[in-house]
Amino acid sequence: MSQITNRRAFLQVVGAVTLGGIAPAPLLAQQSKLRVGLMLPYTGTYAALGTAITNGFKLAVDERKGRLGGREIEYFTVDDESEPAKAPENTHRLVQRDKVDVLVGTVHSGVLLGMVKIARESGTLLICPNAGAGDATGPMCAPNIFRTSFSNWQTTYPLGKVLADRGLKTAVFITWNYAAGKEMLAGFQEGFAKAGGKLVKELLLPFPQVEFQPLLTEAASIKPAAVVAFFAGGGAAKFLTDYAAAGLKGKIPLFGSGFLTDGVLDAAGAAAQDVETTLHYGDGLSTPRNNAFRAAYRKSYKNLEPDVYAVQGYDAGLLLAAGMDAVKGDVSRKKELIAAMERARIDSPRGAWTLSKAHNPIQDFYLRKVVGKENRVMGVAHKALADPAIGCSMK
Amino acid sequence: MDYLIQILNGVQYGLLLFLLASGLTLIFGIMGVINLAHGSFYMVGAYLALWLTRLTGSLWLALPLGVLAAVALGALLEWALIRRLYARDHLYQVLLTFGLILVFEELRSLLFGNDVHGVPIPPALNFSIPLTETLSYPVYRLFISGVCLALAAAMYLVIRKTRLGMMVRAGNSNREMAQVLGVDIPLVFTFVFALGVALAAFAGMIAAPVSSVFPGMGNQILIICFVVVVIGGIGSITGAMVAALLIGIADTLGKVLLPQFSGMAVYLLMAVVLIWRPRGLFQAT
Repeated sequence: MSQITNRRAFLQVVGAVTLGGIAPAPLLAQQSKLRVGLMLPYTGTYAALGTAITNGFKLAVDERKGRLGGREIEYFTVDDESEPAKAPENTHRLVQRDKVDVLVGTVHSGVLLGMVKIARESGTLLICPNAGAGDATGPMCAPNIFRTSFSNWQTTYPLGKVLADRGLKTAVFITWNYAAGKEMLAGFQEGFAKAGGKLVKELLLPFPQVEFQPLLTEAASIKPAAVVAFFAGGGAAKFLTDYAAAGLKGKIPLFGSGFLTDGVLDAAGAAAQDVETTLHYGDGLSTPRNNAFRAAYRKSYKNLEPDVYAVQGYDAGLLLAAGMDAVKGDVSRKKELIAAMERARIDSPRGAWTLSKAHNPIQDFYLRKVVGKENRVMGVAHKALADPAIGCSMK
Repeated sequence: MDYLIQILNGVQYGLLLFLLASGLTLIFGIMGVINLAHGSFYMVGAYLALWLTRLTGSLWLALPLGVLAAVALGALLEWALIRRLYARDHLYQVLLTFGLILVFEELRSLLFGNDVHGVPIPPALNFSIPLTETLSYPVYRLFISGVCLALAAAMYLVIRKTRLGMMVRAGNSNREMAQVLGVDIPLVFTFVFALGVALAAFAGMIAAPVSSVFPGMGNQILIICFVVVVIGGIGSITGAMVAALLIGIADTLGKVLLPQFSGMAVYLLMAVVLIWRPRGLFQAT
């Protein structure tokens, strides 16, 4: 495995270098720079995520000597502030004023849906490096819209089988009452029912409230075999500590979608130990590909540790590179460009993945367990999981 | 039994809300200043707790130091900025305090970054009392409730029974007359503003171990604080207490009984109270 990966990486580099080297100079000079619009959050709660995605994307480009399909890159950056109301205006600015060839963004699902609407109208190529809104690769799917991250449904569907395999047949699901929370709830419910389990109660609270005590009291009185949760960021850290403080930890095992334990392990400390989650990446994933990526990332960004968001940004770069290489940088050959991206097998740090017909990754989901300050990968919870893409006309 | 525990949850949440909203109602009621930055002071308190606990190694040392810092910050802001707007329209105060939110958010981002941080619960209080087979109650939460009650009693005594409280009340009911009678109103206002800031910051500090410390935490509590103030009656400490407890219990039971509409319970309560009593439950202190 490692040899093949290394050889492929080696060939890619050699290929890129030689191609760049022998291409006739006038041809390169004729081609203007490829205009890439990065629409990501650079302020607010998700600022760190936007930065990680940008770093990952640029790393993928830099590894190709700063060229995709032989063309240099010019970046146009917009801070979307994770503000859905500003999404149309921000997207228009990139598409109409800056005339970008490709849009990359974003983190917040609401903002993504705004971008998708405009990309569908203008036909601009859009690559989403995070937001998991099911609609983007469901009812609103389109040939020019791609995602290199996950759908919300995907992150919890594999958990159902994990629980059932351990004989945990009843569960309550606790989350915020908003789109991502509900999509993850639906994913878990489906997977759990298929494996013979029963979701006995949905406990919801308004986004982004963090007063969990009443819900924990309710969960304790129901006494399910397991509790499953989705929260992220500050809410996740607080949920983990509250769960432990309410005495539930150790009595009812806690599971979740991976975001529950990503980026919060310092804050949650002992309360997060042993919590098990499913996600398409884990920091501790020890494959030669991931180790090489982590080393390169640390080297490029002053010892910063990459996270799942950096990987998704990096893969957005890889996917675009696959398309651009196929058309030699000529974005006007859009059909061929899209076809090449659809065919691409992305050699990602998370493990190789391909795209579904709806343009969402078909990828492995890992079972991870919090050990110390790390989400340790315990195994694969579901191999090659594809989003059902309900409502997508490209299926 | 389960419902009793839920009521306890509601009361406990309500008491914390009271601590948060009391500073807002004082500043709003006595000084007539709409302070949108109140949530930011809560956030400042939480980050002070984080920083000072790291520095001193103990939340018990961080609390008094943090309160001193918050009082100083409040007095400084009143003297440098808020003071200039008493005679102006509310809109100017809204603009200024909204600007303060942005300034504090940016400072927070520069000094502490955008990550989520945790403040450890002091070891002496870091245990739980078992209530049922599966559920325990964290003692630190009970401790917070106790502190809130003690502070409520202290505020009541200061405002009702002391000379200082008398000056505050005089300044509230008739600013000019109090000034003519020799009360140094600007000084009283500086005191009230600093007290309000300190109360919010103290709430942030004491809640930091259970709420964790994260960007945007102040904005989350601002709206609910205004709801408490409006239901309780602007400027009334008693009203803030009653309203906070009502909201705590309504919100808790709403989450359990009507999970799909849990976000609305608090606002329904507000609508009902305002139809019945348009000026809130109580008159100003």
